[in-house]
Amino acid sequence: MSKIKVVHYINQFFAGIGGEEKADIKPEVREGFVGPGMALNGAFKGEAEIVATIICGDSYFAENLEEAQKEILEMIKPFSPDLFVAGPAFNAGRYGTACGAICKAVKDELNVPVLSGMYIENPGADMYKKEVLLVETINSAAGMRKAVPAMAKLALKLAKGEAVGTPAEEGYIAQGLRRNVFVDKIGAERAVDMLVAKLKGEAFETEYPMPVFDNVAPNPAVKDITKAKIAIVTSGGIVPKNNPDHIESSSASKYGKYDISGFDFLSSADHETAHGGHDPVYANECPDRVIPVDVLRDMEKEGKIGSLHKYFYSTTGNGTSVANSKAFAEEFSKELIADGVDAVILTST
Amino acid sequence: MVKEVERAGIPVVHIVTVVPISLTVGANRIVPAIAIPHPLGNPALNEVEEKKLRRSIVEASLEALTTEVTDQTVFPVK
Repeated sequence: MSKIKVVHYINQFFAGIGGEEKADIKPEVREGFVGPGMALNGAFKGEAEIVATIICGDSYFAENLEEAQKEILEMIKPFSPDLFVAGPAFNAGRYGTACGAICKAVKDELNVPVLSGMYIENPGADMYKKEVLLVETINSAAGMRKAVPAMAKLALKLAKGEAVGTPAEEGYIAQGLRRNVFVDKIGAERAVDMLVAKLKGEAFETEYPMPVFDNVAPNPAVKDITKAKIAIVTSGGIVPKNNPDHIESSSASKYGKYDISGFDFLSSADHETAHGGHDPVYANECPDRVIPVDVLRDMEKEGKIGSLHKYFYSTTGNGTSVANSKAFAEEFSKELIADGVDAVILTST
Repeated sequence: MVKEVERAGIPVVHIVTVVPISLTVGANRIVPAIAIPHPLGNPALNEVEEKKLRRSIVEASLEALTTEVTDQTVFPVK
């Protein structure tokens, strides 16, 4: 039986091309494996081989979703792969989104089994877990050594058309699919067993985790914007020059509250970005490109808005945990309300 | 963060480049930005043109804030 042909997708960083300054590179294809593809290829133990690797810049993909997918599909077709693997992306948001998107496109357009891997909080996970099997990884590339064998094992199963086990067995992010199984004990017995365990303080496992619905209804619109006090919040990490509060460039543990009452616009002389998740050059040159203080100040003077709130709140969105982000916003929203803010413009990079 | 601000009762608009992420996460009022490293700017333009571009994005944001919505809505920049 001939080897299973695999095409692998990675980003500019894992290809060794560069970091954020190369995040805008267009897709390119190379024969054989590149970067982590070497480990993945080895983990196939001769049953499969990576015949080609597609490399694409994370920002290029994110900012050109349709074209990038079209270009990449055309690059994959000539190889007629039996399997397509993307990533693993760990907690890299643009990369995870790209992996999910390109896997879905390959599955839908080329009818080839697909697989990717990422951290559960990666935005790509929620977006694509239902349609693409995603091996669950930790939140950094330190998890590569565990992720690769798990991905290789599951990938081979998919390529061979073998049955895939439960998320717990195979190590992928639950897709929310229900499968009927026969068990020995009837429901009533299992329920009582679970209750007894719970009462005794022993370990038990729910058969049905309650889904978490976290949608928030939109607030009523602002009635008179010319009288409204508008506040800026950003995940783009804009901070006063030299980042006095040392807001982290990634996985922020805090946010800052900064006074802009003396500023008609922001410049590289007084502000900078702490965000480490993208090329900081443009934000550093002109922080207004991330938070539009200049425009809002003009509008304040023209009477188009009531006023620009004297404080803006800032943190780094790069890899910052959902829990932290929630906590920050919960806290500073109280201050926004106390300060009589009527609306918020929240910018993200 | 967008959802927590909304939960606190303040109308909020999210200016963001990768709109599908904002939709999945659950923002209600969304305005598409230019690019990840410069959401409200374009270094290829001169200062005057860039500020005009920035202003149009802010104007779309004000429109979002003053429009009643019942579902997630993307407000395109004009």
